[in-house]
Amino acid sequence: MDYFVNVTITGLTQGIIYSAFALALVLIWRSTRIVNFAQGSMAAATTFIALALIQAGQSYWVALVVALVSGFVLGALVERVIIRPVEGGPELNAVIVTLGLFVAIQALIAIIFGSSFQSFPTPFGVRGFQVGGSTIPLTPTSLYVIGSVLITMALLVALFRFTRVGLAMRASAFSQEVARLLGVKVGGMLTLGWGLAAVVGSLSGLLIAGGGFVYPAYMDSLIVFGFVAAIIGGLDSPVGAIVGGLILGLALSYVNGYVERGSALVSVAALVILIVVLLVRPGGLFSSTTARRA
Amino acid sequence: MAETHGSTAMSATGTTGGTATTTRLLEVEGLSSAYGPVRALDGVSLSAEAGRITAVLGANGAGKTTLLRTISGLVRPVAGRVVLDGEDITKASVESMVGRGMAHVPEGRGVIAELTVDENLRVGALFRGKVGKDEFDRVYDLFPRIAERRNNAAHTLSGGERQMLVIGRALLAKPRVLLLDEPSLGLAPRIVAQIFGLLRQLVDAEGLSVLLVEQNARSALSVADVGVVLNLGRVVVTDSASTLMGDEDLRHAYLGF
Ligand SMILES: Nc1ncnc2c1ncn2[C@@H]1O[C@H](COP(=O)(O)OP(=O)(O)O)[C@@H](O)[C@H]1O
Ligand SMILES: [Mg+2]
Repeated sequence: MDYFVNVTITGLTQGIIYSAFALALVLIWRSTRIVNFAQGSMAAATTFIALALIQAGQSYWVALVVALVSGFVLGALVERVIIRPVEGGPELNAVIVTLGLFVAIQALIAIIFGSSFQSFPTPFGVRGFQVGGSTIPLTPTSLYVIGSVLITMALLVALFRFTRVGLAMRASAFSQEVARLLGVKVGGMLTLGWGLAAVVGSLSGLLIAGGGFVYPAYMDSLIVFGFVAAIIGGLDSPVGAIVGGLILGLALSYVNGYVERGSALVSVAALVILIVVLLVRPGGLFSSTTARRA
Repeated sequence: MAETHGSTAMSATGTTGGTATTTRLLEVEGLSSAYGPVRALDGVSLSAEAGRITAVLGANGAGKTTLLRTISGLVRPVAGRVVLDGEDITKASVESMVGRGMAHVPEGRGVIAELTVDENLRVGALFRGKVGKDEFDRVYDLFPRIAERRNNAAHTLSGGERQMLVIGRALLAKPRVLLLDEPSLGLAPRIVAQIFGLLRQLVDAEGLSVLLVEQNARSALSVADVGVVLNLGRVVVTDSASTLMGDEDLRHAYLGF
């Protein structure tokens, strides 16, 4: 029983990071119908910016804020300069552009920051809390991870639900032409959407790095799991992204914890889960294709 | 009602004589638009006056939708101009049109299905900044059926309710010119009569100018002051609605009733 709880907590902590990454993908997909393959390396870039600041003696929190802000700027810039020309064009063009960007940014990181492994700090301890004499894997760091993702999500929900700019962003995402006819400056909303998505992506990159090592490709497994989570959730649904990430995190943690040599099977398990979900519900668990068709 | 306009039926260019007593809010001059090699509009001229409903009629593919889309900037013309209240808006951005006093309800209604009824209305008022609750209440008073469903997702509405929603949303922009693309499409005759009747009241009470695109010529002419008949991207005739109604040859040839 204790073991089950432990494995579950580990799964949720990992899963919520997948959720954040998946959410970044979903925000962009919803507004521009583009899968941003560069999300991972964009997030990695901002993590390296944070690392550079920390190595220069700044506190973790300063580095965090600067990284998130530069994530926003990077996302907005990428939309304005690189994505805008291919928006609304053939889907393959956007795919190739974001894939190209993925490779380019990763190479740039290696050139600027080097390709060696560097340790990335975490602001809180990584020793588990004591419960009734035994140590559980719920650490201050995992509370920080879960808490920061939940706060970010709550802020996003508040933005979309309760503010005028959030309403304009949703209108632009669902129906660009109608929004324009109603006087919404759709271009600005898309830029803002890419910026915000990149902030969420950056957060996931910083969280997965915390207490571990970073190198130019350190995001690769998070990218894979984040994509799987987004697709499980339906790619169109923010709630789906969050649930998809948690499901995947838990499932992979159980595989790792209960199956013999499970750690070697984790990637395969992610694909199996993806295939099973798509067989049962081709649009993903939370797809809203019926609503969209109307 | 409408004074007799100068042109005789079936005139080739179709521009009206015009009268000095009415205000031409919207003027379209020699407008041509093309989709690649396909010319969808060919030198169309017409005007819409304050306090008038101007019906644009014609068969499927005549260029009615292209006309409205070119007026509001969604399609850029290859020739001609669009003048709103004396100002040339041919090159103005689509986003700026509501601010200039022109609202466009597009073909297929343009309900944002994923938003609630209330959110749809609020998007329509966004560009005006703070808009009082009384203005929303007025729309709901006008259309009690959508008032009951204000917190439902818009995709749950019936066709008639959707049409009411988008007209109400356009009214929240306080337009002087309202472009409507086939509002009657797919609606029961009773609902069409109700919506057109309400449109007439708004036009008479507030001096709104409506450019009403319709394939359903009989209903449209019954509510309109002036009719413009399009065929293959050209204006075939412009005349008062009652004259067009009485012209049997024209009705058979272009209006299908
Ligand atoms: N997006 C488009 N691309 C190419 N041709 C189009 C497009 N939209 C309309 N057309 C063509 O332009 C002509 C006018 O169409 P439209 O303005 O939709 O007519 P209506 O609204 O009167 O039915 C038709 O021949 C139609 O096939
Ligand atoms: Mg049409």
